[in-house]
Amino acid sequence: MAYVIQSYKKIRQFFIEIGELSYFAIRYFKEALKPPWEFKELIRQCYHMGNRSLVLVGVTGFIIGLVLTLQSRPTLMEFGAVSWMPNMVGISIVREIGPVITALICAGRIASGIGAELGSMRVTEQIDAMEVSGTNPFKYLVVTRITATTLMLPLLVIFGDTVALYGSALVENLKGDVSFQLYFNTVFDALEFGDLVPATIKSFFFGFTIGLVGCYKGYYCKKGTAGVGVAANTAVVTASLLLFVVDFIAVFVSDIFYEL
Amino acid sequence: MNYSMNDQQHILKQNEQVATKEMVIEIRDLRKSFGDNHVLNGFSMTLYKGENLVVMGKSGSGKSVMIKCLVGLMQPDSGFLSVMGKEIKTLDRKTLDALRSDIGFLFQGSALYDSMTVRENLEFPMRRHKEKLGNIEDTTPLVLEALENVGLAHTMDLMPSELSGGMKRRVALARTLILKPKIILYDEPTSGLDPITAKEIIELMRSIQKMYGTSSLIITHDVDCARVISERMVLLVDGINYAEGSYAELSKSTDPKVEAFFKK
Repeated sequence: MAYVIQSYKKIRQFFIEIGELSYFAIRYFKEALKPPWEFKELIRQCYHMGNRSLVLVGVTGFIIGLVLTLQSRPTLMEFGAVSWMPNMVGISIVREIGPVITALICAGRIASGIGAELGSMRVTEQIDAMEVSGTNPFKYLVVTRITATTLMLPLLVIFGDTVALYGSALVENLKGDVSFQLYFNTVFDALEFGDLVPATIKSFFFGFTIGLVGCYKGYYCKKGTAGVGVAANTAVVTASLLLFVVDFIAVFVSDIFYEL
Repeated sequence: MNYSMNDQQHILKQNEQVATKEMVIEIRDLRKSFGDNHVLNGFSMTLYKGENLVVMGKSGSGKSVMIKCLVGLMQPDSGFLSVMGKEIKTLDRKTLDALRSDIGFLFQGSALYDSMTVRENLEFPMRRHKEKLGNIEDTTPLVLEALENVGLAHTMDLMPSELSGGMKRRVALARTLILKPKIILYDEPTSGLDPITAKEIIELMRSIQKMYGTSSLIITHDVDCARVISERMVLLVDGINYAEGSYAELSKSTDPKVEAFFKK
């Protein structure tokens, strides 16, 4: 019986959280459309989230490109299909691996950072101080951060994809004597408009999800300094899980468009 | 409430005296609960223009909740809250923000913005209240003046993490003063400070009141702070204003609940 009650409480809490997160998202749109806008803070956040994630995204993308090519090469050689390597790597990176891996890295770096930053601001009453000074903290802290992640993630994905393709081209160049020019020509021949557009659109949603979850967890942080750690941790876990849900929906919807 | 005859007579006399003064804050029958925890059970008090009023209570008695309700950071369950003749509950966001520029709030932990320098911390409240300050272009003289008044002009370009606890409290006070408020709400201004620094902060609060002519509502459980700074005191016990009077009167009270505050 105790197990049933506990399960009921957990399920109830899950739905409450979904409701609160949805309300938080609605509030974001309401506040984002109303002036005054915090452009200066938005640009600062874009720089903070975009520029400072470049190295991490670049290194990860490069290694993913290298590893993917190295791992696939023997199998493709077995079937005599090694010339398909640029096509396979290009499509898989641009359509799926690039956006998902970049988003997961950003969930780890950005969502936890936002969760911890806003959480510590909440417990040290900095958010209250902002409110008392006549500045809307939701607009200043939340709207700018969610907008920044939404705008920056597609750019990071494009950067990550490019670096991953360079990694793959390097392996092909060293192992298969394929020039960089030939490699990239083959990749761009294989890629279609229908591969790039859905991947870019879903990157915006990934960015929005990361910003939304990070801000929600930090903004409503409770239980003192211990709560800051919890906020940062749950922000990463929830954002990562939601990214897969968003990815599934995006693939499902883009498949419908392909069939049309 | 166990008031002696003398206490009651004095409160009546005091009420007659203050009736002629201008009221800047009025709280009537304020109630606030968190689940089953009834923090405020009908708390009432008034703050008059130019007065230093200390509200004392034990930790968790609802002192901070009360002042957070006053500036609209928390919504009370019921009760009447008025600041400078405006009822807080009825105000829209814009009017409330305009009213907030006349209320300074010194937070318990200073609440300086970690990611900003001292200068940026002081400039931050000015962003939304430029009309009040006369649409000034250069904020430096105002920032410098506020910092000089708390004796920390040299810290302008430092980060909050580079300041000591007492310095942070002074900078927070300077940030409070930057908009030249008419009322200052102090939430535990001396908590977490050593006795010497606490004394300095109290002296600073007194000099600021003289300089700016503000009315002050001070929330504390520090008896020494209350003794030095208060003109009138309200004791918050069981969610109500249990006793009122000057420090001298209340410290002589024979009521056990009042006595408990003044026992060394």
